[in-house]
Amino acid sequence: MTDSVLAQAFIYLCAATIFVPLAKRLGLGAVLGYLIAGVIIGPFVFGFVGTEGHHVMHFAEFGVVMMLFLVGLELRPALLWQLRQPILGLGGLQVAVTAAAVGGAAIALGVAPRPAIAIGLTFAMSSTAIVLSTLTERGLLKSRGGQSSFAVLLFQDISVIPILAVFPLLGAASATEVTDVTSSAGRPAWLSALIVIAAVVGVVAIGRFVVRPVFQFLAGAQLREAFTAAALAIVVGIALLMLQVGLSPALGTFLAGVVLADSEYRHELEADIEPFKGLLLGLFFISVGAQIDFALIVSQPLVIAGLVVGTMVVKLLVLQALGRIFGLDRPARWLLAVSLAQIGEFAFVLLSFGVQAKIFPDQVASTLVATVAISMVLTPPAFILLERYILPRVTARGAERPQDEIVDAEAPVVIAGYGRFGQIVGRILRANRKPLTILDLDPEMVDVLGRLGIKAYYGDASRIDLLHAAGCGRAKLFVLAVDNAEVATKIAETVRQHFPHLTILARCVDRPHFWRLRALGVRKVFRETFGSAYETGIEALKHLGYRAHTAHRLARRWRDHEENELEELADLWSSGDREAYFQRARGAMAEAERLMRDEDPTVYVENRAGWDNESLRADREVDATVADPTEVS
Amino acid sequence: MRRVLILFAHPVLERSRVNRRLLAAVRDVPGVTVHDLYETYPALYIDVKREQRLLLDHDVIVFQHPFYWYSTPAILKEWQDLVLEHGWAYGHGGTHLRGKITLNAITTGGPEQAYQRGGLNRFTIRELLAPWDQTAYLCGMRYLAPFSVHAALRVVGDDDIAEPRERYRQLIEALRDDRLDLDRAASAENLCVSLPSLLPREVA
Repeated sequence: MTDSVLAQAFIYLCAATIFVPLAKRLGLGAVLGYLIAGVIIGPFVFGFVGTEGHHVMHFAEFGVVMMLFLVGLELRPALLWQLRQPILGLGGLQVAVTAAAVGGAAIALGVAPRPAIAIGLTFAMSSTAIVLSTLTERGLLKSRGGQSSFAVLLFQDISVIPILAVFPLLGAASATEVTDVTSSAGRPAWLSALIVIAAVVGVVAIGRFVVRPVFQFLAGAQLREAFTAAALAIVVGIALLMLQVGLSPALGTFLAGVVLADSEYRHELEADIEPFKGLLLGLFFISVGAQIDFALIVSQPLVIAGLVVGTMVVKLLVLQALGRIFGLDRPARWLLAVSLAQIGEFAFVLLSFGVQAKIFPDQVASTLVATVAISMVLTPPAFILLERYILPRVTARGAERPQDEIVDAEAPVVIAGYGRFGQIVGRILRANRKPLTILDLDPEMVDVLGRLGIKAYYGDASRIDLLHAAGCGRAKLFVLAVDNAEVATKIAETVRQHFPHLTILARCVDRPHFWRLRALGVRKVFRETFGSAYETGIEALKHLGYRAHTAHRLARRWRDHEENELEELADLWSSGDREAYFQRARGAMAEAERLMRDEDPTVYVENRAGWDNESLRADREVDATVADPTEVS
Repeated sequence: MRRVLILFAHPVLERSRVNRRLLAAVRDVPGVTVHDLYETYPALYIDVKREQRLLLDHDVIVFQHPFYWYSTPAILKEWQDLVLEHGWAYGHGGTHLRGKITLNAITTGGPEQAYQRGGLNRFTIRELLAPWDQTAYLCGMRYLAPFSVHAALRVVGDDDIAEPRERYRQLIEALRDDRLDLDRAASAENLCVSLPSLLPREVA
């Protein structure tokens, strides 16, 4: 019933439209939403889409290529160079050790050595598509664990090329029988190597010398869709080139992305490719979901469950161990291990290639394909588990590093949070010889401070025992400078409850947070970006021609009004009547404008000048009062 | 050649009629440094060391300001309080200002005749400036008569103030070139009025 391309496209798009927002609303993430959509429209639930899923998936894999291009755009060459150690070391070891462990387990289960090696190499791969999407979606890509995961994925992408080269040697078929996915077959090794190097140089050269003039030309033509076409042409062209020389297209476009990361057209390219990438990746995930062979799973549930759990546990353990060797802290290790524990989409390619090379029979491959697909589907739920249950346990309570023992804290001031905000407060106080007790939850920050000769204590400032140890019972002042609104509120509650005598000065992130802290009895609350924005406003007035002193007075007048309003608006906000709140806020803005007009000496107001003796004399004759005498030229 | 420092103080120069024009008349005179105090210290925080260095680098110190409440705008009081340190400007070792020439260049809202016995303001300008006179004396400086422009609020356009402008520039140049009769300038009432008689004949 779904033979036309349009009908197919309609089904895929509808499924994505319905299930992705639903999954996000339920906190499951977009990737899982796509996978579920795939299962539902797939042959085993509704059967809207059938066997053509393979082709769809092949097409949709191009989303992965685009994603790596976008990842490359975010990664300047210098940054990539910084990652060389995790890529080669961590990535290389991950592939080697996982392949050995999985292969060894296969041999132990009675698989012959050659297929065992092939399975080990295949299962060492993780899913670039799922992992990078999920890490980006959850904002974890820039974290230490996220960066390590990325490095490993990059190495895996590179290693697919030699693995594909090795596979024919492992099979029962002779090399000529195998239709090589790469076209490098038949060439001598040195020539292949030369071609590969030439291709890489070519990609870099295109990025450096071709893209810019082309885009400049297009910018002159002012054609939005021409830009999009050119951006797509770059990605498709490079992918094509890479396929020709037998390199991974994802790797090639990644390289092109890195080369273009410094170019002025970076954002343009990002904006053009992004929607295509999103749709194709979504399609890819849907096709993964649609491919799961439930009949096979039902026929041998224990075998498949065992394979999935066994493989994922092995991969997890290997990654944990490697993370430890490479000095990752505990949360980063967990993130790395959980995110890369599944088997990736490359496995589909490798498995079908393995069948062609007669490494293993078809039925084995089907079982393995089901294993791969299920492990991919399990990844988003694993992330949810990681975020909700594992990460809070391994980070917040500082299990990695015990809270510092605080001795003889007699300082009159306790500062909680010694980042960009707390440090400025602390430096002013320290420069004036005021002893401080500093608490921070970032072990790196505590170490850096230690190197500067400043004693800071690692610990969670919302814990009563720690607050006691920090001397809150004797201190005069508590500076609450942590950057997280929830944590700050929690600390303020604890301090107010247990040390009511202690004056709190607090940093807040926004207005609701300001009001919450004020309601808790915090003496004075400072909006974290207000100070610098205020200074910028004064500077802006000066650049518009105001005298420095006038700009200061105007800004100060505005600030007094604004701070007054802020206190007044608290009740309206907490009453929940948004209409009244915004009405009042609008009124306040109008009032501020009126105040400024009164204060601004460049605005002409009649009868402002009062210190003219003739007018004074006239006034005296009327009622003997002296008019405002301060206005003189 | 003497180096002249004009310490200028006006909190609302935007509304100034006279001071703005007087300042424009001397701003580009070679050998003259104009130091705009409210622009430099908009929050009235004064860099004492910098101010003292400026004083050391000049021989003539002119305080140009509107005559607020028979005195100076607030920043000049702050300036006096902080910059004229004991042991630097006066007292033991306080010899750094000795021999320098100083005066006030002021503008008033009221007319000249208001500043006299029996007038609305009951005192002369020189009497009202007695604290500045005595400050200069204590610091070993030579205090000249003020350069006063009266009835500033009657000034509307450039023409109304052409003569004081020209006189102010002449005064500053004469101080710079040491062409002013300092003894008579010290005992005069208003340099704006008596300047022509204090300059050498051939120039005046």
